Amino acid sequence: MSKQWPLWEVFIRSQHGLAHKHVGSLHAPDAEMAVNNARDVYTRRNEGVSIWVVRAADIVASSPADKGALFDPANSKVYRHPTFFPMPEEVKNL
Amino acid sequence: MTTHTTQQTFEYLLRLGDNALILSQRLSQLCGKGPALEEDMALTNVALDLLGQTRLWFSYAGELEQAGRDEDRLAFHRDAHQFRNCLLLEQPNGNYADTMMRQFYFDTWHYFLIEALTRSSDARIAAIAEKSLKEVTYHLRRSGDLIVRLGDGTEFSHQRCQAAADALWMYSGEMFIYDELDQALVAAGVAPDGAALRTQWLAHVQAIFTEATLTMPAADAWMQRGGKQGRHSEHLGYLLAEMQFLQRAYPDSTW
Repeated sequence: MSKQWPLWEVFIRSQHGLAHKHVGSLHAPDAEMAVNNARDVYTRRNEGVSIWVVRAADIVASSPADKGALFDPANSKVYRHPTFFPMPEEVKNL
Repeated sequence: MTTHTTQQTFEYLLRLGDNALILSQRLSQLCGKGPALEEDMALTNVALDLLGQTRLWFSYAGELEQAGRDEDRLAFHRDAHQFRNCLLLEQPNGNYADTMMRQFYFDTWHYFLIEALTRSSDARIAAIAEKSLKEVTYHLRRSGDLIVRLGDGTEFSHQRCQAAADALWMYSGEMFIYDELDQALVAAGVAPDGAALRTQWLAHVQAIFTEATLTMPAADAWMQRGGKQGRHSEHLGYLLAEMQFLQRAYPDSTW
């Protein structure tokens, strides 16, 4: 049995309407305690209104070695950016 | 209403403030020494919550006393026999089961007390209780949760948790032993009845202990007393020596 508690990644929603954002990680024996610990470690300064925790082991990540093949082809495709539309001033957080 | 005096309310506020202050200082001693980073932060958060509550109780106490003593004076310039905290709170941190059991006994009482104080006839006390209620609700949830985990954890953690429950039990009754001062404030509607609090306390502790597979010691066991009247264990002197050193050596220094 491992002596270390498993690692959890923590996501905090800073205010309603915004998406949860990754803020860091912590150790906890189970999900319930991971939420409690996240509250104690990452929301001490009024950072959030909602917490998600995910076991780090359950996250599937792209391989750094694939970086070139995955992302470089998007480099030269400027026409994919919606930068040619005028945006109304009032629209925030888009 | 003339059943109680301002002096009595002042004394009662000292009891409330000293409980929070002494436990806060005890928990602060674990800052940087918690069993895991996450627990360390959680303990320190609780310590800071309690320190914040202490300031509110002491500020009000100082105003009532009208002797020019502010919160710092009350915290740093009184000797052990002038402190009014219950003996439970000055007990050493021990192992983590000891720390959490002391916390759980206190939090359970504190929650029901603060909840009842929101209906105090003293508007300022009711307002401070209202402000503290969310914090103590979280404290109780957290310490109860950890008692269940330690009690119903491994054989070793269970054994340590049961030992802590038994060792600290004799300090768990003082909060409910009311003296003349407490009675006067109950009569005036300032403080809640001790017997009713004890019924709530026993029911909650029993519920958590059952879940934690722990055996609750006998409710009618002999209980230590004296802290509320200023008769303390040897532990308090050492705690104060550390806490008060700076203000005693360099009075009124600020930073």
